[in-house]
Amino acid sequence: MNIAALPARAATAPGLARWGRDLTADVLFSVGDAAWILAIHKGVLISANPAPALMPSYDLAIRAGAEDFARFLQDPPPPGWHDIMGLVRLGTFKVEGNVALFMAHIFWFKGVLALLREPRA
Amino acid sequence: MIEAITGRYMRLELEGRAHRLYFEEAGQGIPLLLLHTAGSDGRQWRSLLNDAEVTSRFRCVTFDMPWHGKSSPPEGWEKETYQLTTARYTGMIMAVARALGLDRPVVMGCSIGGRIVLDLAAEHADELRGVIGLQSAAFLSPYYDTSWLHHPHVHGGEVCGGIVSGLIGPHAPEASRWETLWHYMQGGPGVFRGDLHFYKGEGDLRPKLARIDTKRCPVHMLTGNYDYSCKPEDTEATAAAIPGAKVQIMNGLGHFPMSEDYAALRPYLLPVLAEFQERG
Repeated sequence: MNIAALPARAATAPGLARWGRDLTADVLFSVGDAAWILAIHKGVLISANPAPALMPSYDLAIRAGAEDFARFLQDPPPPGWHDIMGLVRLGTFKVEGNVALFMAHIFWFKGVLALLREPRA
Repeated sequence: MIEAITGRYMRLELEGRAHRLYFEEAGQGIPLLLLHTAGSDGRQWRSLLNDAEVTSRFRCVTFDMPWHGKSSPPEGWEKETYQLTTARYTGMIMAVARALGLDRPVVMGCSIGGRIVLDLAAEHADELRGVIGLQSAAFLSPYYDTSWLHHPHVHGGEVCGGIVSGLIGPHAPEASRWETLWHYMQGGPGVFRGDLHFYKGEGDLRPKLARIDTKRCPVHMLTGNYDYSCKPEDTEATAAAIPGAKVQIMNGLGHFPMSEDYAALRPYLLPVLAEFQERG
């Protein structure tokens, strides 16, 4: 999983920015004990840097369990692990904070996290 | 090219209120009444209604539930909150079947439609030839807060499409995937959530399963393995409580088999339909 390459990958994903056209936020994304801040402006992923260990600031947190997210990243993923809402049903993907940001731009979040599955990322 | 499907409106009373419902049909033969999923409409059955292998033997009819598709809500809708219930749903289906003169139809529904056919089998066995439940289970626990589906800070169409998008199998043709989602994006405000009142709350049909007699009303259940809402084990647990129910788990399909990938559903469905044809 190459988070550092995600902004470049997202920039070339057809339609992704349109789904997030009004999404401007700092989102904490964690997988197990690792965490990053996704800085997003009008649907463009500006950066995806490791979250500061001390007092990280963000609008929304999305937290994935390491084991189930690894299965989500398999290509192809097994049934039930192929979408982040499947992980929500498993109870290992949490959305915390300003949940409206996530729900209003759910296609963007699904799309950008699915890009982590692709070999180029 | 003009398709063989015809669309018309019917006027009928449901729960003492006047309704105008849209329905489509194609084919001749054994009546086959088709029920769409929550928050969508009868367009989900477009491929089946265009399948000559089916329409040469079955009179296939699908209707948009009130509040859905081209069926408007009843007068006064602006003063109420739409909520689907078991009694309302079953009453509507039987009323439509009678209004259209469908003689002991086979009823096939998906998701909420796959749920309600279990109630039909329990309550109206002698008025049906049998039921087919796609993505069918007697009960499912909620796993997200459905209030977001009808919220002033969230675009209803995009969130309804987005919340269900992962329920489609990953191998579905892109055009069918996005057409299925488009139907969700066109739903009226609060309607998908109102359907889920039945699906994730009120409509727990587990207590009724023991009353289903599959000798009087055969029950077939077909579930795609990529559906994480109605999982294969949910269907299998339901079928285990209905002696004689037949189950197939469909590889590669998700929650909307007839709409997301009809070609993949077809090999599972045609033998089931053939069984009903043999029974007459």
